[in-house]
Amino acid sequence: MTEPLLTGTGLGMIRGERVLFRDVSLEARMHETVILRGANGAGKTTLLRILAGLTRPESGAVTRSAPHHWVSHREGLKPHETPHEHLSLWAKAWGATANVDGILKFMGLSRPADVPARHLSAGQRRRTALARLLLQPRSIWLLDEPFTALDAEGRELVLSLIEDHCREGGCVVAAIHGEAGFGAANEVTL
Amino acid sequence: MSAQPIFAAFRQALAEAWAGGAGALLPLGFFAGTAVLVPLGIGTDPATLRAVGPGILWVALALSSLVTLERIFQADTEDGALDLWLQTEAPPSAIAAAKTLAHFLTAGLPLALLSPLLALMFQAQASTGLLVNAAYYAVGGLAFYFWGGVGAALSATVRRGGLLISLIALPLYVPTAIFGAMAMTDAPGSQNAPLLLAASALFALAVAPFAMAAALRLAAD
Repeated sequence: MTEPLLTGTGLGMIRGERVLFRDVSLEARMHETVILRGANGAGKTTLLRILAGLTRPESGAVTRSAPHHWVSHREGLKPHETPHEHLSLWAKAWGATANVDGILKFMGLSRPADVPARHLSAGQRRRTALARLLLQPRSIWLLDEPFTALDAEGRELVLSLIEDHCREGGCVVAAIHGEAGFGAANEVTL
Repeated sequence: MSAQPIFAAFRQALAEAWAGGAGALLPLGFFAGTAVLVPLGIGTDPATLRAVGPGILWVALALSSLVTLERIFQADTEDGALDLWLQTEAPPSAIAAAKTLAHFLTAGLPLALLSPLLALMFQAQASTGLLVNAAYYAVGGLAFYFWGGVGAALSATVRRGGLLISLIALPLYVPTAIFGAMAMTDAPGSQNAPLLLAASALFALAVAPFAMAAALRLAAD
């Protein structure tokens, strides 16, 4: 058994007066996907933010033994930013030597590559955010509702990305509503 | 630790200043507008104008620095870019400092460069002294923008945080404003004022980035 890439032990979170979740533990190893389930407001996004190190948990600890990618429902796009500019910016910030045009083509964003984000559809914005996953190989992917706003073709595309990533030795933790479309090693229900 | 995210944040902030159309011209217009209104309010006596001119420009500089500061971290918080910046290999304090510096260069430095022209409107004698004063305004402006950045980071999650930024930042502006105004007078004890002005700016540069980083981490939490 390989060492887990990502471990969360005994995670608990309080928002205001309410206990959001308590004593949640999960592990993601190479080739594994973990799906987070729960009703709206159950704390899936918060748990993902804790796993990413953005939010400090009330209790418990997170260990990551590899770099991670973070894609949430907030895409990080500025209204005037084009998909091409967005990917170039983050390639530079991460010191990645990625073929931005190739990634845009792969994600089906060749046509709107130079359109400012405020004129993009929700699905195109989502594809742009997901395209960041391809800028730099990182073992851990943390995805918050990756399929939201995507059309059937986009969904297939992301599914294949996730499958390839796992086959190549990465792991994925995703918060998903409805059918996942891929076999998950683990499901965590909040 | 890597410097690349810092340069990327700096370049993006520079690009952003001009992306919203004439966004960077807004503080310039505010600065000039304030300076033009004052003579209308206090009369046109040249001696009076000459005496109050430098001080009015300090006040105008402090206020116009607050005009655009609201945008620098709030947009990042709303669209999720802040999450991405916090997860780069560079320390958040350096990212915040790079963004604030870029904002100062696009919105603050032009004000200092415009100041000799406005000083002439306050009946100042055209001399190289005006250029020295412009340098003082630039140094003081740097302190203003970094303290203002702390206010902006603290109110990043507050809608219409502009007023809150003013409340947080204006008290921090006080030492810089005092030393800055002193540096432009011949009053006794003012010889060291330029050094104290520079010291207040250096203090802001040294402390503000860490305060901004702490505030931004809280905003993301």
